[in-house]
Amino acid sequence: MINRYLKGPARLGGLASVLLLAGCNLDVLDPKGPVGEQLKFLIVESTVAMLLVVVPTIILACYFAWKYRASNTSAEYLPKWSHSNKIEVVIWGVPSIIILFLAVITYQTCHSLDPYRPLDNEANAKPLHVEVVALDWKWLFIYPDEGIATVNQLAIPVGTPVDFVITSDSVMNSFFIPRLGSMIYAMAGMQTQLHLLASEPGDYAGESANYSGRGFSDMKFRTLAMPADQYASWVEKVRSSSDQLDNETYGKLAAPSEADPVKYYSHVAPSLFDGIVAKYNNGMVMDKNTGKMIRVQSAMSDMNMKE
Amino acid sequence: MLGRLSFADIPVDVPILVGTFAGVAVIGIAVLALITYYGKWGYLWKEWFTSVDHKRLAVMYIVLALVALARGFADAIMMRTQLALAYAGNPGYLPPHHYDQIFSAHGTIMIFFLAMAFMTGLFNLVVPLQIGARDVAFPFLNNLSFWMTAIAFILINVSLFIGEFSQCGWLAYPPLSETQFSPGVGVDYYIWAVQLSGVGTLLTGVNFFVTIVKMRAPGMTWMKVPVFTWTAFCACVLIMVAFPVLTVVLGMLGLDRYLGMHFFTNDGGGNQMLYLSLIWTWGHPEVYILILPAFGVFSEVVPTFSRKPLFGYATMVYATCAIMVLSFLVWLHHFFTMGAGADVNAFFGIATMIISIPTGVKLFNWLFTMYKGRVEFHATMYWAVGFMITFTIGGMTGVMMAIPAADFVLHNSLFLIAHFHNVIIGGVYFGYVCGMNYWFPKALGFKLNEAWGKAAFWFWFVGFYVAFMPLYVLGFDGMTRRLNHYDNPAWHPWLLIAEVGAVLVFCGIACQVIQLYVSIRDRNLPQNVDVTGDPWNARSLEWSTSSPPPIYNFAITPHVHDLDAFMHDKENGIDTRGAGGPYAPIHMPKNTAAGFMVGAFSLVLGFAAIWYIWWLAAIGLIGVFATVIIRSANQDVDYYIPAEEVARIENEHSRKLMVQAAE
Repeated sequence: MINRYLKGPARLGGLASVLLLAGCNLDVLDPKGPVGEQLKFLIVESTVAMLLVVVPTIILACYFAWKYRASNTSAEYLPKWSHSNKIEVVIWGVPSIIILFLAVITYQTCHSLDPYRPLDNEANAKPLHVEVVALDWKWLFIYPDEGIATVNQLAIPVGTPVDFVITSDSVMNSFFIPRLGSMIYAMAGMQTQLHLLASEPGDYAGESANYSGRGFSDMKFRTLAMPADQYASWVEKVRSSSDQLDNETYGKLAAPSEADPVKYYSHVAPSLFDGIVAKYNNGMVMDKNTGKMIRVQSAMSDMNMKE
Repeated sequence: MLGRLSFADIPVDVPILVGTFAGVAVIGIAVLALITYYGKWGYLWKEWFTSVDHKRLAVMYIVLALVALARGFADAIMMRTQLALAYAGNPGYLPPHHYDQIFSAHGTIMIFFLAMAFMTGLFNLVVPLQIGARDVAFPFLNNLSFWMTAIAFILINVSLFIGEFSQCGWLAYPPLSETQFSPGVGVDYYIWAVQLSGVGTLLTGVNFFVTIVKMRAPGMTWMKVPVFTWTAFCACVLIMVAFPVLTVVLGMLGLDRYLGMHFFTNDGGGNQMLYLSLIWTWGHPEVYILILPAFGVFSEVVPTFSRKPLFGYATMVYATCAIMVLSFLVWLHHFFTMGAGADVNAFFGIATMIISIPTGVKLFNWLFTMYKGRVEFHATMYWAVGFMITFTIGGMTGVMMAIPAADFVLHNSLFLIAHFHNVIIGGVYFGYVCGMNYWFPKALGFKLNEAWGKAAFWFWFVGFYVAFMPLYVLGFDGMTRRLNHYDNPAWHPWLLIAEVGAVLVFCGIACQVIQLYVSIRDRNLPQNVDVTGDPWNARSLEWSTSSPPPIYNFAITPHVHDLDAFMHDKENGIDTRGAGGPYAPIHMPKNTAAGFMVGAFSLVLGFAAIWYIWWLAAIGLIGVFATVIIRSANQDVDYYIPAEEVARIENEHSRKLMVQAAE
């Protein structure tokens, strides 16, 4: 179908239709999960509210400029007129009402879409835990419950909430899967949280949304959202890998590298993630359950402190 | 002896830089040779470089801004071209090392050296004249401010050919900008250039604040101050509060880099979040520092060419002041995605949106100024109406991103890039160019060419939309900023369109250059010469004096009776100039080389500190202090223009006015 259009005489029309198709298929406006759905609704809702003022303003700007052009001597001319209480009330009032409306939805969505807030899910599915580490210049995903890890590939089961805990072992990055919704910064020595859910199977782009240096452009990953049975076999595939992630292999992985291929690790040293956070905090890490700082008890604590 | 500087730091292996250097060298030598050939060095030195006259400094600031525009735009079109090419395995022509310097330099130059210099140029040209003053409060500091800005711009351009520039973006976020991740000289160039220009900006802020508070003409109470001066005043308050924060935060980053401290490092108790918070405590007010004077320009231009007073003057003043205060309560919206709690995000999101109310009111005020007026479509009105349309869209997308949840998917995307270019080009740049077209005859005594001015507007206006609307789309398609190459086929067509837009903007800049050339060439044509000093039948005091104004601006200090002081006088048959005298001797500041010398020594200091050439840095620092001490001890800093000389200049202007009237 599309090809037939492109072969048509109007090449410009062809280009336009390609752009139009692309327009209907934009990542952020075609979300594949509930967080993204709500964000899309929020964007559309707020835009419509603002267009109520924006469109009349633009029309008035053109209309007044045209109607009261100097050559149009039939238009009324009031050379001294410069004040009107009625107009003042309208121009302060109408924008205030719209901003009041936006303020209310801002407050509500700040809470309902707080990235730290666990997602409601009807099926009451047990959330999947994923620990994310931003490295120069690749993403490390640790599945603590499965004891496996991957580089630049994130597989998640469809319909299951995913609880991400995110840190960096280098500079600041931002963890972002546009089709699923919110992003959050990854920072060394800190743990940020994000809760996402994929409602449809698919292969979604993931990226860093914060510039992090030379290899930044290739610091991307694929998010494979798959049905539960496929996910289970994916986990088995990772488990069958001969590579393991211990202090030594982690040190090699963490060294700067660009455009890294996908890697699977069948085993991960326990509390590797805590160790990565703790090495910037004198060996301490915040316990997720109690909120207290605790000393990391693992081999990682002997890891060389970064200068 | 030369610190860490060696021949390996000269990038002879980068053909683009070698070509640029050759071009700059040829043009530079040609300019220097021409100046020498015509024997203009003494003239330039005596009349311009050492001048403390705000009108001369205004011209120098705007020339600096236009040179910065050329550099910043060259960076921009190189980036657009890279992204039009670097798709699906093609690496493009700019490797990351070069590309990352380009986007860092583009932002730094456009904000600090195009926008700030242009704004300061307009302040210098307009504010003293508009309030009926003879100069600024501290004329020497004014000259010093200019040189600090100019040498900082030179320093940033030196990084093209000696060493490298920062590869950390225009705000140099740590820890990337720390020595651990950026051991080269790039970030040091950034820190020194911004710090040195910051000295100039801060002094400008103090200078114009005092000027506006203390030197208004008798009768000009606060609610009779023209709106441009009001916006300059609010911008100066913002400068005085915000720029010290920038100085401190870059100072802390410098301490990290030079003395191994740990303010923002990953380890040792450093905290990168503190840097983000501090830099945006400056950064957000900074964008209002830039936009408020642009609002001021439109508030002068729209009434003049609508032949009507500004609608809702008091509202305009209150809205400006409200924006000034609110602009300090919103900085956190630059990092909603850093993990702050829902209530914190909601507070800053809502505070940000509230700013759109006074801003919207201003737009309506300009609309209702045109309403029932007689709108003359001078080139300045093209920029004004183009601004109203464009800025409204930019404001809307800004409010969208002020909703924290929406920002969670739009943050750092090309949507953000489109948004801030939408307000900075459509607001700040359109405003300043509008102001340049409006006040040009006041500065130099002849008008700018209208046809080329309108052509420039249309190219810029259309070019802006073609270049940046695709970026909004790309933002929705998940494309982040600062990418060097990509493999998403859906992005490619949009980036090709954006490239076309950049070419259109280039045509716009070319039209502006031609406009300047044609106007200077035709400056003596009778229709271009501004004999009266009031070419637009305008409303405020700067138009009551000759164009260009005499060095003392006003032979007799004007008395202000009404808001639109000059229009009031014209309508009531009052001679604002007080032609015929009696005149008194006028007390004026003497020109001085001290500003130039402090600037030159600061350049030496900055360059030497970047390269760890400590002996040279010591010379620079001692030179700065010595110059300041010598200048402070100099009592011979002023002189009087005798009353007879004033009478001669004024009578000459009166004679020209009569000749014009007789024709």
